[in-house]
Amino acid sequence: MIRNHFRVMVVNLSTGKTRIEELEGREQYVGGGGLAAMLFQKYGHVDKPWDAPEQPLIFAIGPLTGYFPLMSKTVCSFKSPYHDQYTETHAGGRSALSMRFGDMDALVVIGQAKRLSALAVGARRVEVRDAHFLSGMDALASGRAVRRMFPGSGRRSILRIGPAGENKCAYACINVDTYRHFGRMGGGAVMGAKNLKAICILGDRGFDLPDNKDYPKLFKEIHGKLTETDIMVKYHGVGTAINVKPLNELKSLPWRNLQATTDPGADSISGESFADETLLRNAACAGCPVGCIHVGFVRDKFQVDNQYMYRQVGYDYEPIFAVGSMLHVLDPFDALRIMDTVEKAGLDVMSAGVALAWATEATEKGIISEKETEVPLSFGDTESYMRAVELLGDASNEFYSLLAKGTLKAAEAYGGEDFACVLGQEMAGYATGEVFFTAQSLGFRHAHLDTGGYSFDQKHEEQDVQKAVDFLIEDEKKRVYLCAMVACLFSRGVYSDELLAKALASVGYDNLASDMEAASERIQHIRWQTRFQTGYKPEEVKIPKRYLEVETWKGKVDGDYLNALKKEYAARITAIGTRKEEDD
Amino acid sequence: MKILKAARMERCIGCHSCSLACARLVHKTLSWNKAGIRIASAGGLSTGFEARVCLACNPAPCVEACPTGAFSQRKGGGVIQKRKLCIRCGKCAEACPVDAIFLDHLVNPYVCIHCGRCVSFCPHACLEMAEVETREADE
Repeated sequence: MIRNHFRVMVVNLSTGKTRIEELEGREQYVGGGGLAAMLFQKYGHVDKPWDAPEQPLIFAIGPLTGYFPLMSKTVCSFKSPYHDQYTETHAGGRSALSMRFGDMDALVVIGQAKRLSALAVGARRVEVRDAHFLSGMDALASGRAVRRMFPGSGRRSILRIGPAGENKCAYACINVDTYRHFGRMGGGAVMGAKNLKAICILGDRGFDLPDNKDYPKLFKEIHGKLTETDIMVKYHGVGTAINVKPLNELKSLPWRNLQATTDPGADSISGESFADETLLRNAACAGCPVGCIHVGFVRDKFQVDNQYMYRQVGYDYEPIFAVGSMLHVLDPFDALRIMDTVEKAGLDVMSAGVALAWATEATEKGIISEKETEVPLSFGDTESYMRAVELLGDASNEFYSLLAKGTLKAAEAYGGEDFACVLGQEMAGYATGEVFFTAQSLGFRHAHLDTGGYSFDQKHEEQDVQKAVDFLIEDEKKRVYLCAMVACLFSRGVYSDELLAKALASVGYDNLASDMEAASERIQHIRWQTRFQTGYKPEEVKIPKRYLEVETWKGKVDGDYLNALKKEYAARITAIGTRKEEDD
Repeated sequence: MKILKAARMERCIGCHSCSLACARLVHKTLSWNKAGIRIASAGGLSTGFEARVCLACNPAPCVEACPTGAFSQRKGGGVIQKRKLCIRCGKCAEACPVDAIFLDHLVNPYVCIHCGRCVSFCPHACLEMAEVETREADE
């Protein structure tokens, strides 16, 4: 629906009441991450903790969602249980199109349900239903149950949490339509704190299209670029898992809690191996013809006499890094088994893998023992890791409760901070060097997709602090606009500024098309401003000693360069985030 | 005569490009429902996808059920739809044995007209236009 305001559905779980708000701000904040920050400013409480019932859980789409291919993602924002500051996480699945067809630019959930509940929203429906019977149910089984509670197969999206979310693990994710996730900074715990097990978004409306010839023509052109040229081959073919081999060759793939950056085992867990041995099929987010989702299978014999069961498990580069190379699990089927367990627990797979890698090294060093971990942790031991994932998701004892708050939280209590692979949060799979370490440590979401720091590392041999930090700031600004649309970042090579402007104009957003540069800066500002208001102090972020021991293809990490980058990047984002409104 | 066939749905990745193309190009609307072809999971995302699409019955039960002539028999199977004649009674959708007709909340029916404009938007060639023999009922 093309409109110059935002239509926002605000559901209050405490009162059971819902309001539809029509809010100004489209020209300023566009949608997606800009809209989410704007809504946090309106509904959020910077001075209250993340789990205060009145804190909002926000989902926002963009002006082009559903109108063009790969405009298929949703931004979710909230105050994070990980650091009690403002954060964002992005996911696709059918969430974005369901919101578009559910006639809402954003969904804001405030309050706390009295009992565990499930929420259904759509263009013609709002309903909060008791779901206490789903308590403790894993994220996959919960999805199946919610499917029966709110019919509408194919044209709805089901967001739900597993035990980790209910137990408020700081990196519990929100599972979206089985194979996608609002991951990383603990959105699942925010749902848990609200007693909200699931959200079903029904995409039950349609809208008139602009009456012009430009729009269908441009759609066809963009669809062609995305499917007929080789731009998307990487994501569709072997998928993101194609990165395993080249990063290993570049000495940039973290192994065994980053004790090494290359290992001959990479061949067995390469994207090619996963595809050859385990790949069942591809799947796609709604509105994306690329289909980057790779679904593998695991077959397990559970009884004698040939009694087998099989499971389908989505994989990508990051999960392979987190439970494969990081835990030294070299059999793709074993890696899928662990991923499946993580999926059911409803944990972020990167954080869970990295946390258990730390716990394994801590066990090796004698800092912790089976008294804490309950199962003997050693690199490569799939069965123990599967059990440990469950214990982590259940926050089953004091040790796992702390580890579920973050690796550094456990390390502060037990020791071993030096080898905690934490860059703002548990690291992503890129040991590419100083620029990436800086970018993830200080970045807005502490996500590898905040900026292309890992790519900059690979393309630049020289140590030029100014140039590197300029790149991070400018690259973030570009991505910020794509995430206001909300485009899948895999399409960033196709959606140039010029093409985005054409797309916006073709559906009637000429005003947005002529203001992209200024809007990018405005959104970059409000996001950082919101983060800083909730207590961010980038100068206090520590990069553990392990990162100074890392050796990439360029050689040992240079501590002085890393520190200089960190200092400069901290100063630059602080300048953006603390800029006064009147300076704009 | 040609008809649209969802011949290779085991290749479907659930992107909804076909439904969106039909809605956009045939019905001038942004929707994944108001379309002649609609995609649903076959019982959850882990079980693959199925297409709800007209199978080109001949004679078509929806034509027989239509009281006003808004639906008439198409040569080669399926229907020719004249929206102006529709009284939005919903009988067509009731009569369809495979749930291929979508009714919006105003009871407007959406059905495949076998034009084939969705075919090129499918990234995995799940869809095709297939020649059908003219069967007896056409005569």
